[in-house]
This record gives sequence, structure tokens and C-alpha cells, in this order.
Amino acid sequence: MLELRAVTAGYGAFTALWDVTLQVRAGEAVAVVGPNGAGKTTLMRVISGLIAPRSGQLTFEGASIGGTPAYDIVGHGIAHVPEGRRIFPGLTVAENLKMGAFLPRARRRFAESLARVYALFPVLAESHKQRAGSLSGGEQQMLAVGRALMSEPKLILLDEPSMGLAPVMVLRLFDLIRRVREEGYTILVVEQNVRQVLKLVDRAYLLEVGRIRTEGRAAELAEQDFVRKAYVGL
Amino acid sequence: MIDPLFLTEAAINGLLLGGVLALLALGLNLIFGVIDIVWIAYVDLVMICMYAVYFLVQVYGYPMWLGGIASVALGALLGVAVHVLIISPILSSAPVNQLLATGGLLFFLQSFATFLWTTDHRSVRLTLPRLEILDMPISVARLIAFALAVLAMLGLYLFLTRTYVGTAIRAVSQDREAMSLMGANPQRVYVVTSAVGGAMAGLAGALLIIQYAVHPFFGAAFGPITFMICVLGGLGNMVGAFVASFVMSEVIAISGVIWSTEMGYVIAFVVFIVMIFVRPGGILARRS
Repeated sequence: MLELRAVTAGYGAFTALWDVTLQVRAGEAVAVVGPNGAGKTTLMRVISGLIAPRSGQLTFEGASIGGTPAYDIVGHGIAHVPEGRRIFPGLTVAENLKMGAFLPRARRRFAESLARVYALFPVLAESHKQRAGSLSGGEQQMLAVGRALMSEPKLILLDEPSMGLAPVMVLRLFDLIRRVREEGYTILVVEQNVRQVLKLVDRAYLLEVGRIRTEGRAAELAEQDFVRKAYVGL
Repeated sequence: MIDPLFLTEAAINGLLLGGVLALLALGLNLIFGVIDIVWIAYVDLVMICMYAVYFLVQVYGYPMWLGGIASVALGALLGVAVHVLIISPILSSAPVNQLLATGGLLFFLQSFATFLWTTDHRSVRLTLPRLEILDMPISVARLIAFALAVLAMLGLYLFLTRTYVGTAIRAVSQDREAMSLMGANPQRVYVVTSAVGGAMAGLAGALLIIQYAVHPFFGAAFGPITFMICVLGGLGNMVGAFVASFVMSEVIAISGVIWSTEMGYVIAFVVFIVMIFVRPGGILARRS
């Protein structure tokens, strides 16, 4: 479904990603794990079009998407839940979800999408008139995911969904992401919470200083010695 | 002691003036809130629109309502032109350069108007009935201007809160990048915002020309007070600007009858300076 071939990208003179090759098949959940500064967020930003790759190919469902601006990528069926959630704090919960369905195609199916999101995250239905900025961190993350679902994506990019959340909330959130997955969405998730995320996904890539160091089935990767020592904390 | 009737009259005049000032402040603030650039020449666009109405109505004899509509359309067009020709190329350059560019536009427009139309004061003479309430003469032109300004602001409020595009404009002002992830091209949102802000300048032009004479330096009379209101209300804060407009217009009008019109502006500036020290984030700023 999504394929990156030898993608190099960065900011200005700084190169954050070197020759990254990865793929995500339809229906899969894939994680990219790695330490801070490994280039995980850059990877997400290249895929969603927030930054253009310097070289390499990006294809989504057979179409080349490298260098396509972010506002056109959404229309291809890729929704990016950015690092730090980036909800619109001054808008209500309902308005945030409305903005998720900004594209005309998504707007036409607004009511169905909204019902689906409210069913997944009942807390959003209860707080739909509240200012989004007044929600708790966990609720804001649910809103960010819900907002992404409103665009009727095929692939969802999740950047550090557990960031800044209390441990109990992290478990709940991963549970909810599991349910999102069961709804048939393909997921590419970036996480520092390696232990939890490896339980959630089918496959994972390990990214270190901008390069893919290893990849494999999540269960196997979790058993590898250096991954266990460095990231799982066992 | 000043006759309370004079004070009441001044308060009413202040209120009526506040409506049009609020329209200007909201237009300027909308553009600043979304695009993050202060259009120094905003009130000079109003001046151009006032000339347009003057020529259409006073010189060529078209009805006033037509002049008003033309002024709104011209304002919107000028707004888009300013964005596309001046703002867009320097969107990512240093803020001081952006100020210089829109400041340059101000001098260009003033000189352009002087060159074409000289420095004569020109006004549109409408025959409107005089209105008296409790021995207080009320200007019907001001009353109409106030009513239309309030209606326009209500329209803006509904546009920003009830429509997809309006909500997107507010969303872009909070997080441009996140809104591009929703599929909105920020450039397009900027053009729409500039058109709306320009249309408000056009309407303000039509409402001002029925009360004041226009001349090339009209912007210098209303520009500073408009910026003061925006800063006082908190740059980008629409409700704050709305409230600040009436605070300022009342200060000007009431101290104007107690002392003199000039003194009214002096007092307004003093109030402004004091408020900036007391509440630097604007009168409605949330304490953090």
C-alpha cells in the first residue's frame, strides 16, 4: 500500500533520514521504533507531505506521492496524527472533527464518519461542545485520532500517540488504537514506548540516527537482545 | 458642571462611532490573526474605497446603495491584490520587512490619491432626515452606518462560526500546519481571509463617506486609532477588538464634550498607554 524506496530527507543542511526503505501492506499495523532524534517524526512528515524528500521514491497505492504538498496527500487517503496532537485548542471538539472532514469527499459522508468516531470515542460525544484545549491529554489524543478518521483515510500515521500521557492512559489509548485497527484501517505508528507498541503491531522497523537498522515481525523483534536491552527495558 | 444631556448625546455619538471603528478593527485583526501580518495600509484601502463611492455617487449620480456594494466589491478585490502582489512574496521574510512593505503601500496609496485627486476634501451629500430624540439631534447617517456595521459584524461572526470555510479560517489562525493536514491549502485560506478583510474595509469606506469628507490622508486620521484598538483588544483577538472599539470611541466622544475633540484623542492615547502597562496582552487576555 505504502512504499518508501531509498528516501533521504532533512531540514536545511541537516539530513535526518538516510536511504530509508520501508513498506506497509494494506490491513497491516507497522511500527517504527527508535530513540529520540532517530528521525521518526521526519519520516512521518515526509510521508504526509509536510516536508519534501530530497531523493528516493514514495508511492501510495501505486501513485507517486513524493513532493506532493500535505493538503493534497490527505485526498490520497493518508491521515497524519502529528506529534503533540496539534488539535485546534480554541475550536470546540465538534468543530475539530468537522475540520477533519474538510475535503469535499469526506464532507459528504460527514454524518456517518461522525457516528463512527463517537462510537469509538464516546468521551468525544459527551464533550462535543467543549473547547478542545480544555480536554485532558488523553482526550486530546483521542480527538486527534478521531479528527484523522473523519477524512476517511485508508492509512493512518500516528506520531508518538502516548507522548505526555499517564501510564494508565497509555494502556487505554493503545487499546483504542487496537480497536481502530480492527475497524480495518492500516496503521503506521511511531513510538518510544517500544514494549507497548510491539504488542500492538504486526511488524516493526528499528530506526537509528536516520537509518533503518533492522526490521522484522514484532514478536521476533521484541525478543532480539539489543532491542530488549536498549528499548524494552527488560 | 456639564449638562447630562450633552454627556448622553456624546455617549450615543461614541457608540455610533464605535460601530464603524469596530468594523475596521475586526477586519485588520482578522487578517493579522490568520496571516500574522499587520496591514499598515489597511485604512488607506478604506480611503480608496471612499473615493470610489464619492465618484460613483456624487460625480456620476449612481444611487448610494450601489456605491456601497461597489465599495465592498472593490475592497475585496484590493484585499486579494494586496495579498497576492505584496504579502505572498514576503510571507516568510522577517516581520520588519513585512511592515516596511505594507508601510510602503501606505505611502504609495497616499501619493497616488494626491496625484490623481489632489488634496481637496470631498464628501457625498445625501439628503437624510434629521432625527431628534429628547432634544438630542441624532445623525441618521451615523445611525445607518452603525446599524450596517453591526449587521456586517454579525455576518462575520456567523461566517466564522457556522461555515466550513469560516471555521477553517479560525483553525488556520490556531495551527496552520495542522490545517494543511486536514486538506486545506493555507494559501487559499489566506486569499479568502484577505478578501473578507478587504470587503470589510470596503464597507467601512461606504459607511465613512456618508459621515466624513475623504482626502488622501484620511488613513492618517483613522489608522492610528484602529491600530490602538487592535492592540488594546489583543492582536488577533476578535472579541477583544470589538470591546476595545467601544471603549476607545466612548473615551474620545465623552472627553471630547468635556474638554475638546483634540483633547479627546489625547485622553484616548493616555488610556491606551496606561492599559498597555496594566494589561499588555489586551483587555480580554487570559491570565496565564
